[in-house]
Amino acid sequence: MKAAIIVFPGSNCDRDVRVALAAAMARAGAKNEPIMVWHKEADFPKVDLIVLPGGFSYGDYLRCGAMAAHSPAMHEVARRARAGVPVLGICNGFQILTEAGLLPGVLMRNASLKFVCRVVRLRVEARQGPFTHGYAAGQVVRVPVAHHDGNYFAGDEEMERLEERGQIAFRYCDAAGDLTSAANPNGSARNVAGVFNEAKTVLGLMPHPERLADPALGGADGRPMFDGLVEALS
Amino acid sequence: MKARVHVTLKPGVLDPQGKAIRHALDTLGFAGIERVRQGKVIALDLAETDPARARDRVREMCEKLLANTVIEDYDIELTDAD
Amino acid sequence: MSGALANERLAAEHGLSAEEYGRVLEIMGRAPNLLELGIFSVMWSEHCSYKSSKAWLKTLPTEAPWVIHGPGENAGVIDIGEGLVAVFKMESHNHPSYIEPYQGAATGVGGILRDVFTMGARPIANLNALRFGAPAHPKTRHLLAVVVAGIGGYGNCVGVHTVGGELNFDPGYDGNILVNAMTVGLAPADRIFTSQASGVGNPVVYVGSKTGRDGIHGATMASAEFGEGAEEKRPTVQVGDPFTEKLLIEACLELMATDAIVAIQDMGAAGLTSSSFEMASKGGLGVELDLDRVPCREDGMSPYEMMLSESQERMLLVLAPGREDMARAVFEKWDLDFAIIGRLTETGRMVLRLRGETVGDLPIDPLAEAAPEYRRPYEVPPPPAEVLAATVPAPEDTGASLARLLGGPHLCSRRWVWEQYDHMVMADTAARPGGDAAVVRIHGSDRGLAMTADCTPRYCAAAPHAGGARAVAEAWRNLTATGARPLAITDNLNFGNPERPEIMGQFVGCVEGIGAACRALDFPVVSGNVSLYNETEGRAIPPTPTIGAVGLIDDLARAATIAFKAAGQEIVLIGETRGHLGASLYLREIAARTLDGDGGGAPPPVDLVAERRNGDFVRGLIATGQVDTCHDLSDGGLGVALAEMALAGGVGARIEPPEDETPLHAWLFGEDQARYLICATAAGPILEAARAADVPAARIGATGGATLTLPGGRPISLGDLRAVHEAWLPRYVGEARGNNPGEAHGNNED
Repeated sequence: MKAAIIVFPGSNCDRDVRVALAAAMARAGAKNEPIMVWHKEADFPKVDLIVLPGGFSYGDYLRCGAMAAHSPAMHEVARRARAGVPVLGICNGFQILTEAGLLPGVLMRNASLKFVCRVVRLRVEARQGPFTHGYAAGQVVRVPVAHHDGNYFAGDEEMERLEERGQIAFRYCDAAGDLTSAANPNGSARNVAGVFNEAKTVLGLMPHPERLADPALGGADGRPMFDGLVEALS
Repeated sequence: MKARVHVTLKPGVLDPQGKAIRHALDTLGFAGIERVRQGKVIALDLAETDPARARDRVREMCEKLLANTVIEDYDIELTDAD
Repeated sequence: MSGALANERLAAEHGLSAEEYGRVLEIMGRAPNLLELGIFSVMWSEHCSYKSSKAWLKTLPTEAPWVIHGPGENAGVIDIGEGLVAVFKMESHNHPSYIEPYQGAATGVGGILRDVFTMGARPIANLNALRFGAPAHPKTRHLLAVVVAGIGGYGNCVGVHTVGGELNFDPGYDGNILVNAMTVGLAPADRIFTSQASGVGNPVVYVGSKTGRDGIHGATMASAEFGEGAEEKRPTVQVGDPFTEKLLIEACLELMATDAIVAIQDMGAAGLTSSSFEMASKGGLGVELDLDRVPCREDGMSPYEMMLSESQERMLLVLAPGREDMARAVFEKWDLDFAIIGRLTETGRMVLRLRGETVGDLPIDPLAEAAPEYRRPYEVPPPPAEVLAATVPAPEDTGASLARLLGGPHLCSRRWVWEQYDHMVMADTAARPGGDAAVVRIHGSDRGLAMTADCTPRYCAAAPHAGGARAVAEAWRNLTATGARPLAITDNLNFGNPERPEIMGQFVGCVEGIGAACRALDFPVVSGNVSLYNETEGRAIPPTPTIGAVGLIDDLARAATIAFKAAGQEIVLIGETRGHLGASLYLREIAARTLDGDGGGAPPPVDLVAERRNGDFVRGLIATGQVDTCHDLSDGGLGVALAEMALAGGVGARIEPPEDETPLHAWLFGEDQARYLICATAAGPILEAARAADVPAARIGATGGATLTLPGGRPISLGDLRAVHEAWLPRYVGEARGNNPGEAHGNNED
């Protein structure tokens, strides 16, 4: 499997996701590592997976991800995404995907108005496509969030459509898997933590699976996402 | 020309910042405030001197970047440069 | 030479005394013009020149085999083996944070980050020590909320995790809050950059943000007390841009991987002035600057404004000849300004030109090196009297006292604070906030760095010498408790007006105490910062020498955390307990004794030999894998430490009463030093080993259950204890406890 991680000015989880993905690739016997693509490059090699990492591209100025969505690399990413190449957007990456129109909805300021860094629980809504290949439907996992603007919003009609088409990928939940408001760190509509595009080839999620992909750091529930991706796309 | 773009949340979109502001004003003793919405002002100094062309360009900027038209409305005010 | 000449009155407005101005005239051989006067005033301000403190700072121990750069560079550098060095420093941004708390705190973080990466080190962790006034003071709530937002806003955007720190409330800080920010970075040992310029003719290059009118005279403001009308100082606060700082970090580190950079310095206090002066001075050279080339974001800036501006996110470089184009390409990639603004000369003078005219011409060495140095008169305060436990009323229920302590502002959970900091970016956080020290994995290895920021100001107020020593010992213990080998400290000394003998006495006492402890513990000072004049209308802050410390963990698999890990473990108390309630939180909060004047009594004695012996013993137990649960004792003593361990692990404990005659409340809440709590499957071997090592140790109880039972108290359920522990801060800032209580500190959940 070949993967590319797009780096924007202000991205700061690019190394983290490279480490997690490279480790998964190595575990599967791969000799290559993900390539890092600078946002100004519209012309990068063909890959099986594109990752938009977390961080504060353009300082989150104007709106999170708004400026990054217009970079040359993103135009190319959008073209390939429409052609079916899998794209994973984590945190700021999710924000960029919504701004670029590749995913529905919008990420707004957290309901608490504060930045929140905390380990939360997510319910994997369904096992479908390469992104949730490593999980079971309904599985509850622990993954950290760290964001100021993770409050997912889409109009009621849009939300209904997303539900019907199974585009909700992850939801914030408690240890028992229930969707409580106490379990929701940012006020997202219907506790939505991550969504797919209609074809299920693009995933955006606010939590950071790459931060709990190493048992030495207190948990590895993020690891199956990367192992699953590698297996599904190799 | 100078342009002032007012970007505001569409009606119906939850505005937690506006809500917090209203609560704080209330706590400070300012009664009778029915609603608060928080928006943004973006001020642009343009080389363009023709108002119609300026407005078109600024409108394009709003559609493309300055506003997220999924949840935001925008309003453009043009004045001559001083 | 252009520009109107200065005079004594102007000099006074610039913060220079008549005597200092006399020295200026001597050095210049003529009256300076306004620009030159401005340069003298900032370079000789307390903040930049350390004139009141230098004489005493020289007495601190700064050397050890593992110290590569001690005080004098932008940050301290220590060898941590395997070809790496750790670079760290703590700095204050007190006065700006009181005036404009968000930007003051934010730019404090920005400034200390630059001090570290200017040495070639990628910042890998931020910590901060915050001290606010009494919770009831009208400004405290706002300052707390906004300072935390500012630190988070800057640190999170830059992408460096904020992993630890301290938070204190005390009426002594009502008019003067303290914001001390610390950064730790990692660099390859063979690629450390300093600010020592070399190479006559080499280009001097400005990179980063454009220069505006921010913060002109920020350095002199930091050197003055607040009077009435502190509000009018608002224009002097700088505004930070963490996005540009992130780009600057990446661009500088990218260029540092090449051979282009001869010397590099960040532009902090006194901006272009201090950076260019210090670089030239260290190299024994002169410098010529062409101010027309300085990138400005405002029109019509004067030379005075350009030289004194404290606009953020700017660095000054000296490049090797012929490397200009390559360096320019790197900064243009990151969309940062890059301007060759001058060159090094051999004249030993700083010459400033604008539009072909010389607007400033000063000798460098006398200015940078020969700033006034004062040995101000000082008074040593009389030692306070001991407080005997027998004179402190015993509580009816020790458990209830414990709950009250844990549920108050001084000991409650700081979760509300650190959940606003990204404490996990960089995916190397081995121990998250809430423990004794933050532990960060050294990327790509099994080793870790432990780091902490500590000070107990009420001890320093009661007895400065002992208080200074205790602050160092506390930091040393906090590192040791994680299993780390303490390596070095950075000191951020925050005091009132040094022109008052009683304040100077506090300063001298603390510095001497710090020195004594550092020597006894082989724990040198490698960097530091002094912040004086923290007073409003003659009322000074408590003496607050914050100690930032770094230690090394050789094997993260052998690190310890505070959480009780399982039921059925024996709890062993290491170190001697006599039950010292003097200057303790129990005395102040439960017995409701004011600690001012002599009321609080003498803090517990410091025995540096015992600290070393007990700590080395505990570290050995952790290193050999016999102990993985350890917590040092400090505020609130034994009772509080036990509660913190139980809450972190979600496992209760039952504690037996002591065998000796110590009154229970003194035994439980006395703040005797040099102590740790550890857990072991069997206490026997530990007690044996302790005896052999001449370390006092006693088995005091066992873990298990869902309650914490202290002698003299009814059992308290962990659920109730957790509720009071987590409640105070959110309630204080006016937030309902809607969200889930979140995770416990350790690996267990609640």
